Amino acid sequence: MRTVIFRTVAPYLTSLMVLFSIFVLLRGHNEPGGGFIGGLIAASAFAVYGIACGVSPVRRAMYFHPMALSGFGLLLATLSGLLSLFFDVPFLTGLWTSPHLFGVELDLSTPLFFDIGVYFVVVGSITSVALALEEREKS
Amino acid sequence: METSAQVLTFVALLLPFAAALAAPVLTRILKHNAAWILALAPLWIFFHFAGFLEQVADGGAVTGGFRWIPSFNVNFSWFLDGLSLTFALLISGIGTFIILYSGGYLKGHPQLGRFFSFMLMFMGAMQGLVVSDSFMMLFVFWELTSITSFLLIGFDHGREASRRAALQALVVTGLGGLSLLAGLLVLWNMTGASELSLLLRTGDAVRDSPFYLAALLLVLGGAFTKSAQFPLHFWLPNAMEAPTPVSAYLHSATMVKAGVYLLMRLNPVMGETDLWETILPAFGGTTLIVGTLLAVRQSDLKLMLAYTTVASLGLLVMLTGIGSDKAVEAAVLYLIAHSLFKGALFMVAGLIDHETGTRDITRLGGLRDAMPVTFAAALLAGFSMGGFPPFFGFLAKEEIYAALGFASPWLAVLTLVAIIGNALMLIIGLAIALKPFMGHERKTPKEAHEGPPLLWIGPLALAVTGVVSALFAGTSHHYFSSPMASAVAGNSVDVHINLIPHLGLPLFLSVVTIAAGLFFYGFLDRARFVVGLLLQVIGWGPDRGFDQIIRAILRVSFFVTGLIQTGRLAGYMTLTFIVVAMALLVPMIVYDELPAIPEFPSLFFYEWTVILIAVAGLAAVVFANNRLTAIVSLGIQGFAVALLFMLFGAPDLSFTQFMVETLSVVILALAMTRLRLSPTDHRPALQSAADLMVSSLCGLGFALVLLKVTQLSFDDTLTQFFNANSRIVAHGRNIVNVILVDFRGLDTLGEIAVVMVAGLAILALIRIRVRRAVGDNVPGEGM
Repeated sequence: MRTVIFRTVAPYLTSLMVLFSIFVLLRGHNEPGGGFIGGLIAASAFAVYGIACGVSPVRRAMYFHPMALSGFGLLLATLSGLLSLFFDVPFLTGLWTSPHLFGVELDLSTPLFFDIGVYFVVVGSITSVALALEEREKS
Repeated sequence: METSAQVLTFVALLLPFAAALAAPVLTRILKHNAAWILALAPLWIFFHFAGFLEQVADGGAVTGGFRWIPSFNVNFSWFLDGLSLTFALLISGIGTFIILYSGGYLKGHPQLGRFFSFMLMFMGAMQGLVVSDSFMMLFVFWELTSITSFLLIGFDHGREASRRAALQALVVTGLGGLSLLAGLLVLWNMTGASELSLLLRTGDAVRDSPFYLAALLLVLGGAFTKSAQFPLHFWLPNAMEAPTPVSAYLHSATMVKAGVYLLMRLNPVMGETDLWETILPAFGGTTLIVGTLLAVRQSDLKLMLAYTTVASLGLLVMLTGIGSDKAVEAAVLYLIAHSLFKGALFMVAGLIDHETGTRDITRLGGLRDAMPVTFAAALLAGFSMGGFPPFFGFLAKEEIYAALGFASPWLAVLTLVAIIGNALMLIIGLAIALKPFMGHERKTPKEAHEGPPLLWIGPLALAVTGVVSALFAGTSHHYFSSPMASAVAGNSVDVHINLIPHLGLPLFLSVVTIAAGLFFYGFLDRARFVVGLLLQVIGWGPDRGFDQIIRAILRVSFFVTGLIQTGRLAGYMTLTFIVVAMALLVPMIVYDELPAIPEFPSLFFYEWTVILIAVAGLAAVVFANNRLTAIVSLGIQGFAVALLFMLFGAPDLSFTQFMVETLSVVILALAMTRLRLSPTDHRPALQSAADLMVSSLCGLGFALVLLKVTQLSFDDTLTQFFNANSRIVAHGRNIVNVILVDFRGLDTLGEIAVVMVAGLAILALIRIRVRRAVGDNVPGEGM
């Protein structure tokens, strides 16, 4: 699998796929996409990178342990649900705000952060399993 | 004003937990002197609750709270009448001294901070238990006391006996807690009241209900386990493995009284029936006699106290069960007296142990010069326990005999039981108060001398309270006994008893008890020998029974596990698929719900092509003689299905399907390479045939169910709802995503939690295999 072409292309391919996954994640509320699909795309991106260049470059590139990313995602999703406590509405009620930043109206909402949480959980869990499975091939 | 009192009460309920959080840090800085600061928490709570005394003494009740889970009609609400208030004051008042005492007792212990933390947590739980109004809150705090008591009994977790005692207490009281929960739910269903204050106003509804017996037995299951009634008493003496402050606080003054509290609380609605008036006195009386006899057997100060505690709880249950106004008054007085003198005596026992190195009564003597303050506290508490005037214990005893008398044969039996029990308790009270201090000085493991103030403040204060409250009986009755007795009896009761006894039967019985006690005091050593001999003859007790039951459960579970969990993955998978196939097919055939044969579909050319690809992929999976080929072919089939989703207008689904298929092929292939299987299939023909059969049945089942679903009329209420609301309510045009993150966000939260846990589990599995492979020459590592 580790041909020169694949090894050369893989980093570009991976970054493009990760970028695409973020795009898919953020457009999810109105167009096909969302945290789950975005997470799967990013996970396959890291899997491709791992197959091409080995596990340790992937680990270095991700910086955090993938399981930590997963935990962060779950925390983010929970916290975005808990935010509703301060507004006296039931847990996980969607809250919206539209601040004007640099002249652009930005729609921010708790479902968005919830979706980002889903993204991280999926990326983290699947990548850590995939990487752990790949790692053994060497030893 | 009203709201600020509410907020303060809420703070009072939370404060112990906050203090528990701060305790380890404080202890790291201040060492054992942190006790002085931590004790401020219960002290403040005490004064906060004391502020309600006037209002409650006038027959009022303090209520408050907020809605907790409105959809289930569960509130976080409290209810303070005479009963809860007296309990709350006992808990916070004694708690203050116990915290100080703990600081002295465990001075220099490396885990003192943790101990404070557990202790304060328990205090918070107990506090919550007695002021709870809603059933759910009562149950939660009830269980919390069991759990914190487990932590405290097992505090010295390095010792086997400690761990066993902790586990035993948890099993017994935990089972009781479940029984209580069931009982509360039955009561809830019977009356529709989910709060104690409402339940108390339902009058005869509970007594007249056909479910009265069930509710009674379940509630008693909770109360009897918590309050250690015979034959479930065995966990309490074993719990003496805990450090002495725990025994003094949990296992005499507070937690074990929770059961009595519950019975007293429910007396107005469940009492005054034949069942109540038979079961409670019978169990209580038996416990009283058994407890005192077993106490006589012991020579360890703490164990003597533990068994008399069992006996006292029996007495309280018995009195509550009799249920007349006099009996209720007696129970109330005795409960207050007992909390004071037993807490003090436990602390005295701990003090002696701490300063001399032993608490074996046969090895102690002549400590009066070395430990004068301790001796004073022991005397005051011991005489209160014995029921001598002018102590609070005397008032309680007078009232007990006034309540009993010889009006009926049943009462006469109970009177006899009470006399024997009280006389024996007097003997033990005197023994603990006098034996270690009088007589010749004995050689003890440590040079005996008086303990530091942290240690003797508590017992002395409690013992003195026992005298003062009796001397000013009018005041203590006005604020404590009368409101509490009224709450227990369910009607207004005035307690009058004071230190000037009335000539009559009660005084005569009191004198008989004291005389008998004093007479037999001299024979304590001989009695200990006789009871010990008797127990040896019997040879079996509930304590061993507990072990036998646990062993039996373990044996059954080993047997069942061996039967079901063979450890062969293929076996599990086959079984799972057979069950799935049966679940799909059997109901359909039994209820004759098989789908009609569909007419042949007319599809476009490209749709046929995609279906053909899927079928070809499947055929390749089945006939491939190489594992990797099979996995990739499975992926082809999945991609074809994803294409179909796309063609029929579900881009989200198809998108996800593509990604899932890709990743499963990658991960399956990786997993296969790790398993180091032979690349081809070596199953015997018979096995293959069986597998084929199972998989075909499974497939057939799914196909039929899907067909049937499409043939039923489609209810599109939800579709319409989401179509109409996703843009307006949730500001999103992608309905699938809006459902996932907004309308059904809780489901998704659960799902991602599962994803993460599954990931962790897989990771752990892989690691175990790696370690095993790598660390063959390092046995035990990583296991």
